[in-house]
Amino acid sequence: MIQTEDLTKRFTKSKKEAPITAVDGLTLNVAEGEVFGFLGPNGAGKTTTVRMLTSLIAPSAGRAFVDKLQVGKDDQKIRERVGILTETPGMYERLSAERNLNIFARLYGVKDVPGQVEKYLRMLSLWDRRFDEVGSFSKGMRQKLAIARALLHEPRIVFLDEPTSGLDPEAAKLVRDFIDELKTEGRTIFICTHNLDEADRLCDRIGIFKTRLITVDSPENLREKLFGRKVVFHLQAMLPGLAERVRGLPAVKDAQVVDNRLLVSLEDPEAQNPGIVRALVEAGAGVQFVGELRHSLEDIYLEMIRQEETH
Amino acid sequence: MSERIRTIIGKEWAEVFKNKMVLFTVLFMPLLFTALPLIMLGTMSGAVGADAGDMTDMPAQFARACVGLSSGECMQIYLLNEFMLLFMMMPLIIPITIAAYSVVGEKATRSLEPLLATPITTEELLAGKGLAAVIPGVLATLLCFGLFVALLPLVGVGERIFAYITGPTWLLAVLVAGPLMAVAAVNFALIVSSRVNDPRVAEQLSTIIIVPLLAVLFGSLAGIIVLNVTNMLIGILIMVVADVALVYLGARLFQREVILTRWK
Repeated sequence: MIQTEDLTKRFTKSKKEAPITAVDGLTLNVAEGEVFGFLGPNGAGKTTTVRMLTSLIAPSAGRAFVDKLQVGKDDQKIRERVGILTETPGMYERLSAERNLNIFARLYGVKDVPGQVEKYLRMLSLWDRRFDEVGSFSKGMRQKLAIARALLHEPRIVFLDEPTSGLDPEAAKLVRDFIDELKTEGRTIFICTHNLDEADRLCDRIGIFKTRLITVDSPENLREKLFGRKVVFHLQAMLPGLAERVRGLPAVKDAQVVDNRLLVSLEDPEAQNPGIVRALVEAGAGVQFVGELRHSLEDIYLEMIRQEETH
Repeated sequence: MSERIRTIIGKEWAEVFKNKMVLFTVLFMPLLFTALPLIMLGTMSGAVGADAGDMTDMPAQFARACVGLSSGECMQIYLLNEFMLLFMMMPLIIPITIAAYSVVGEKATRSLEPLLATPITTEELLAGKGLAAVIPGVLATLLCFGLFVALLPLVGVGERIFAYITGPTWLLAVLVAGPLMAVAAVNFALIVSSRVNDPRVAEQLSTIIIVPLLAVLFGSLAGIIVLNVTNMLIGILIMVVADVALVYLGARLFQREVILTRWK
């Protein structure tokens, strides 16, 4: 649904200054119906990438296709087919929520304007406030209205730039649940976010990006690639020499002791756990719980960025 | 007119006229410009008889245009011509303010990016914003001119003065030259608005377009320029060329990428 080949964007401030590369040779494929998380620090070029993919700005080099339409050649058609929640979604503050959506529905050429406006106002729990000026809305309500605006024309591809940025937990959850709902409708969703927990929960794959793409994979695969798979055995008491004994088992790559817990690195925990539990019991250890140690996406992200910076 | 242009016009009006001060200005300024010449004519009508007044201080070029008129009538026409320029300025003042704010204002409220992300073309966007600014100014001018003409008999204006005001020079000025100047002013203001980051700067820079009109006003007062049909037609021709050039330039200079990426 979204393909880029060596997509590059350079900005030239003046003829005297050297151009600044915001996006460097981005090659990426996002499949139809996929939720793709685009992670990176501030100034990494995420918004620039979204702007290129939504035909707001032109690439300096490389190519990009959105729904088989080429950025730079089919810009108007691309804009008809995608929905975008911009990083700072400005609204017409003096106008009502309904009027704001009406304007955009007409600009997108929506056939049933009142119907679509009502649908999304209700969906995002804004129907009762439809006649109120947007200027009186809270940040969460504005964000919901901006999401509604991005979806009025039922785009199959949706770009969400920091959808929950600055929202309180309740509003953020509502937005996340809404994105989850969009996912079930089979839309392709491209999310730029700093919220790693959100990306972990929502995204099928994530791309870690800092001017250039550092890595792309599913959160699970990234965890495995970076940290391997670890299992935590909670024991009644840590027996002396237990870690060494476990390390000696054929399937075990490593074993570490943390208080009464044994952290064991394994290739295939599903197959190897029963043998390890057996070995622990035979050694006289009381196994209380067994669970997989999940590294957070934050760990992955920070590790990838650290590796990128040391290169 | 496309649906998108109509939508932009409706949006601009809804936003602009929600501001009561703008609405007041749109109504007040033209009414003031209409009242001033009427008051002047009213006060002069009693004092100026058919052969009253001295033509010696009148600019020679203008005096030559007064053939067949009494010196009093000539004096009235001379003064009225300066008010003709006010009627030409009327459709400019409000639209300049509206147009100068229209792009930079959307930058300031961050609503420009979502707007540019819609399938609207640059031409449609500029046409919508331009028409939204021009139409109220021109309509207000036409209404005020109608009111001015309707009230002329009440302030004691003679037949020949009435005929002059409803004659080709005034009609060309109010119905053709004024709206053409409004189009030029609005397009100039839109160019400025799309290239600056501060609404105040946009407004101040945009008013530069009034300078040529002021030059005509002072030229007329000094007797260098005589506001007659020939000169009006020349002015209209110049305005048509200026309008075409400014519309073309406006579309060329409205660079979405620059507007989005250079503005902080």
